[in-house]
Amino acid sequence: MKLIWQAFSLFALFTCLTGFFYPLAVTGLAQVFFNEKSHGSLIKDEDKVIGSALIAQKFSRPQYFWPRPSASDFGANPSGASNQGPTSRKLKADIDKRREELKAKHDLNLSEVPEDLLMASASGLDPHISFAAAQFQLQRVAQARSLKQESMLKLQSLLEQAADDRQWGVFGEPGVNVLRLNRALDETFGKMEK
Amino acid sequence: MKNKNTSLLDSSLYMESIGSAFKKLHPAAMIKNPVMFVTWVGAGLTTCLFFSHWMFFKFSAFELQISLWLWFTIIFANFAEALAEGRGKAQAEGLKKNRVQAFTRKVVGKLEEKVLATSLKKGDVVICETGDTIPSDGEVIEGIASIDESAITGESAPVIRESGGDRSAVTGGTKVISDRIVIRITAEIGETFLDRIIGLIENAERQKTPNEIALTIVLCALTIILLLAATTLKIFADYSHIVVTIPVLIALLVCLIPTTIGGLLSAIGIAGMDRLIRKNVIAKSGRAIEAAGDIDILLIDKTGTITLGNRMAVAFIAAPHILEEELAEAAQLASLSDETPEGRSIVVLAKENFQLRAKTLRPIESRFVPFSAQTRMSGVDVLLENGQVEREIRKGAVDAIKTLVIAKGGFFPSELQVAVDEIGASGGTPLAVFDNHKVLGVIHLKDVVKGGIKERFAELRKMGIRTIMITGDNPMTAAAIAAEAGVDDFIAEATPESKLQKIRDDQRKGFLVAMTGDGTNDAPALAQADVGVAMNTGTQAAREAGNMVDLDSSPTKVIDIVETGKQLLMTRGALTTFSIANDLAKYFAILPAIFMHAYIVDGEQRGPLAALDIMSLYSPESAILSAVIFNALIIVFLIPLALRGVSCVASSSSALLRRNLLIYGLGGIFLPFVGIKLIDVVITFIHLV
Amino acid sequence: MTSSGMLQIGIYISLLLLLTPLLGSYMAKVFVGARTFLSPLFSPCERAIYRFCLINPAEEMNWKKYAWSLVLLTGLGFLATFFLQINQSLLPLNPQHLPDVPYALAFNTAISFMTNTNWQAYSGESTLSYLVQMLALTVQNFVSAAMGIAALLVLIRGITRNKTHELGNFWVDLTRGILYVLLPLSIIFSLLLLSQGVIQNLSPYITAHTLEGLEQLLPMGPAASQIAIKQLGTNGGGFFGVNSAHPFENPTGISNFLEALAILLIPSALIYMFGLMLNSRRHAWMIYLVTIGIFALCASVMLWSEYLPNPALGVAQMLEGKELRIGITNSAWWAAATTAASNGSVNAMHDSLSPLAGGMAMFQMLLGEIIFGGAGSGLYGMLLFVLLTVFLAGLMVGRTPEYMGKKLGAREIKMVLLAIIAPSATVLIGAGLSIALPAGLNSLANQGPHGLSEILYTWGSAANNNGSAFAGFNANTDSFNIFLGVAMLIGRFAVMFPVLAIAGSLACKQAAPTSETTFQADNLTFAILLVSVILIIGALTFIPALALGPVLEHFLMNTRQLF
Repeated sequence: MKLIWQAFSLFALFTCLTGFFYPLAVTGLAQVFFNEKSHGSLIKDEDKVIGSALIAQKFSRPQYFWPRPSASDFGANPSGASNQGPTSRKLKADIDKRREELKAKHDLNLSEVPEDLLMASASGLDPHISFAAAQFQLQRVAQARSLKQESMLKLQSLLEQAADDRQWGVFGEPGVNVLRLNRALDETFGKMEK
Repeated sequence: MKNKNTSLLDSSLYMESIGSAFKKLHPAAMIKNPVMFVTWVGAGLTTCLFFSHWMFFKFSAFELQISLWLWFTIIFANFAEALAEGRGKAQAEGLKKNRVQAFTRKVVGKLEEKVLATSLKKGDVVICETGDTIPSDGEVIEGIASIDESAITGESAPVIRESGGDRSAVTGGTKVISDRIVIRITAEIGETFLDRIIGLIENAERQKTPNEIALTIVLCALTIILLLAATTLKIFADYSHIVVTIPVLIALLVCLIPTTIGGLLSAIGIAGMDRLIRKNVIAKSGRAIEAAGDIDILLIDKTGTITLGNRMAVAFIAAPHILEEELAEAAQLASLSDETPEGRSIVVLAKENFQLRAKTLRPIESRFVPFSAQTRMSGVDVLLENGQVEREIRKGAVDAIKTLVIAKGGFFPSELQVAVDEIGASGGTPLAVFDNHKVLGVIHLKDVVKGGIKERFAELRKMGIRTIMITGDNPMTAAAIAAEAGVDDFIAEATPESKLQKIRDDQRKGFLVAMTGDGTNDAPALAQADVGVAMNTGTQAAREAGNMVDLDSSPTKVIDIVETGKQLLMTRGALTTFSIANDLAKYFAILPAIFMHAYIVDGEQRGPLAALDIMSLYSPESAILSAVIFNALIIVFLIPLALRGVSCVASSSSALLRRNLLIYGLGGIFLPFVGIKLIDVVITFIHLV
Repeated sequence: MTSSGMLQIGIYISLLLLLTPLLGSYMAKVFVGARTFLSPLFSPCERAIYRFCLINPAEEMNWKKYAWSLVLLTGLGFLATFFLQINQSLLPLNPQHLPDVPYALAFNTAISFMTNTNWQAYSGESTLSYLVQMLALTVQNFVSAAMGIAALLVLIRGITRNKTHELGNFWVDLTRGILYVLLPLSIIFSLLLLSQGVIQNLSPYITAHTLEGLEQLLPMGPAASQIAIKQLGTNGGGFFGVNSAHPFENPTGISNFLEALAILLIPSALIYMFGLMLNSRRHAWMIYLVTIGIFALCASVMLWSEYLPNPALGVAQMLEGKELRIGITNSAWWAAATTAASNGSVNAMHDSLSPLAGGMAMFQMLLGEIIFGGAGSGLYGMLLFVLLTVFLAGLMVGRTPEYMGKKLGAREIKMVLLAIIAPSATVLIGAGLSIALPAGLNSLANQGPHGLSEILYTWGSAANNNGSAFAGFNANTDSFNIFLGVAMLIGRFAVMFPVLAIAGSLACKQAAPTSETTFQADNLTFAILLVSVILIIGALTFIPALALGPVLEHFLMNTRQLF
């Protein structure tokens, strides 16, 4: 009987402590010290939320840089991956299809399609593309936006600004944040209406 | 039993063992060994499949061969066990001949009655005379006799057994050579020492030892999980569109389960017991043998073990103004009638040092004064014609002589006291000699340590065993002998209680203690010790209390016992390691064979998993068959090792482990690669597949 | 592999080796009740807890009572987690108005979290309310990790104590584990993660209006607090469905590094603590050597395999199921760490790993989660193999096997083998049935050898309490939810109870002083033998299955076959 009370009361205490006070305390600290980050590093246009700097969103218009393929079609609820294995016929078909489509849409570009644009990310929300993938799309974006030759340099510099290097030069891998890049495009060259 | 080594090549033994190998195929016998039982079921299943296919005119030579080799695997294992048992049985037969079937003379009240030996009960009293065979174990309660114990010990020299003291035990089946003794029977018929030896040898009483049980659990667990692995392999193979037939699956299973150790496990145990019996030690249980391998501390009686058992005179030390020769002469006179080894050694020393011939003293001229516990001295009174005492010569304990001389108005010279102390300090015993009112000097008696004993103790130390000497001597003497003999520690002035206490203390600290002893007062300690080795010459009580009896009554036998115990475990461990290590090669032989055609591309000969076929065996069938044949033959090849035991050298544990790991672990990994490949070459050559 | 990848791994190992003795000696102090620098803060709390719960911290339990207490607490945890899930729509902190969780899924999830498996048959963001995430799952993350450590403590006491039945007080071990170790570490880690952009709030989900004028629903929630403990406590149950691949859960290179470090931190430090408590540091370092050796071997194969081109798909690098900011090296390294420790969190989709990397991940789980392994459970699992090794070695040197002076008898060996075999048998039976019955094959996302791998991975993960998945396999069916739940129970308690029983019987014995002939478990010979026993006994069972799954797929990938 005593054992049951001990189990019950201890469990109740720990539920309060680790299930309630601990997350609330961390939330409180987050509000104070990391307010913006703890709310999802949102990018806002005045009051309107455009998206999160951490989350990829769907871009299919030629005027924008396109992110990596998403198995969940950029739906963040729930996120998801294709979970196709290394000998998957379906995956092979997807890759081939994407390669063909990208080639068709970048007909001026003779280089191979960068592989990160062929394969879906783990979360379906990968905010980055590789530097090569951005370069690959550069010409197409410039063309769609009818950018003149002198603006190309500007475009190149926007791309470099949107690039995330390894943190402290060591941690993680480099990539170009697509949403940040596209937003910078809009801000610099004007928002494209359909 | 000495010199009765049954040769490994004894052909009749072979034939008999082969016979019983087949008899042991009975399921009731097989189920005792789970690993081999699984093999047995597999062999049965394969055979049934072979016959059912044959009935439908699909004769499969492959199935036939697999079935046959599976049966061979079991028969080889049974043969190993039968062979181990057979060697013991031959000895048991010899011993049985000594059992008494004839009449014996039982004492009922004051009368004698002729009864059948087999009708004797515990507590009965019988009389044995010259030529009689002693009907059962017992204790001499009257008389003294010389007895031929060769039937049990193999030693042809007769031994003396007498009532009272430590030599009163007689064993059923031994023979009285001279004189007459009255014996109280101490064992029921069927429970005598001889019966027990026979039972042990015949394995009627064989129980599994703790380590054997633990090992069996390991083997069972491996068998269960591999059984599951084999069953599910069929399902996984089906998923991968691979055809795996039942015989192939069974072949894989039998190769993977530890049949090598499973098949030889009981043979190893029996052979271990057998080896001990060959060393003339009877262990009352296998547990005791195993415990012997774990011994940390060995308690040894000093007398007769470490020292020759008798103190010898080594020097005469004369008192001031006394000639040494004078002392020697008096000492010799005092010892002439002293038949103890000490007394004799004094006579001899006097003769050697001063060429003193022992004068024959006529009884009229002298009167011997025997040693008594009250006076603690002995000697002789030289008489005049009239019977007046002319000379009163005594030798004895220093303080007793001191009391005597002071009583007679003399004194004990202080110079002599120095010598006495020196002798005591060196571990010797001083014996003072007194001749008519004055002390002539002291005799230095010394315990002589047996030759070679120091080396034996060093060997024990290497095995991690500490030796502790037990002695009734005073601490000073004990310390000196301990140092000379090279024991690690000693207990001086030991009593039965202090021995028992010492054992209990050590056991409480977690040590395993062995003890050798022979006297009745050793019995409690022998019973308390984890391994109690009683001398066969000892009392019945001692033999009952210990869990081993050394028929040779050799105190250093314990080293052999420890070695046998260790060897037993090592053999099991080595073969287990070997058996499990074998699996790697067997997987590499069988799996590529089974999976060879998985996901094969049209037009190709071999599927992608053929890349695992590093042994490049001839065909899938030959690969599987070779593995099965190897698995069966390895049992035969390892029988000698199982019976002989792996070699045990006294060295540190890590050196031993490294050595055994290299031989049986690494060997176990590589040998089957070579073996299976060779068999593959052979069976392909003679077109078995 | 790139030089920057090697640098990151180098820093990882150095930092792990640096933190191991620090945390290890701290934990050793905590669990013997000695004063630590946090005592002034926590010991009043601790005393208050004991007073409230009527616990006498000096009163110790025998192994049976300890096991009963453990069962009671686990049972309460199960009930709470289960009922909170199936009633979440009625409860507060459910801004998305998520419906009640179905019974079978709730059952599976409750067992999964209370057994430290944290297998997720659901996606957190679309299934569970904030309240359930906090009050049910976060609590279980703490309690199950502390429970594993407690069971390890019992085994250590069993080894070190002589002739006693007293093996410590479960409530005290649990309280100290949470209060002094897990909670402070979690708070520190939460803050570090917050600084990298992991979210932590109670707001409703946010609808974003994208640049192209579409709507995107961004999930929110108290993620950082849960992620900290799920990484530290070898739990692995992510706040979001894709776990630490989700940018909100693992936004940067540094957050990835920290989370990966957290996976091995406590299991690694526990080995050091073990050495201190046993007063046999050399022995502990040998175990550490074996652990990190096998881990390094597996991780190397995984890294190597991940950098191989995939001719079947016609790509040079398999980026499917990986995040760019994390990259291949860190994905493979994480996969190695998370399957070595029974963590089970992922930052890349294991289903899409290269065949041999996936195979090695499986292999590490199938060894029984002992290479680092779970909090506490990893080391006690490893010690089972140590006992088996000592048994073999003891026989080979001709002495009744003894470990730290304690003789190993039939009873201990029986328990050791039960604990080693139970998860393996569960995997084989489960995987066998999944294939033999049509229900199993319907859940496959991939065909061919990869399908077999999916099934094997699923059962290997559940029965060894890992929790990661070849996530293409649809385990969210009623039958899989229930059967995998049972497998997780077996994997947890068919190991933990025998361990407690072994502790109980070892504690009753008197340790023999060591001598020359006793087998010493602190040299290289021992380490080599231990590795062999782990690899042979642990892997023997699964060689055929692994050959037909990942190994076969590897060859087929190179011959460009697709399924």
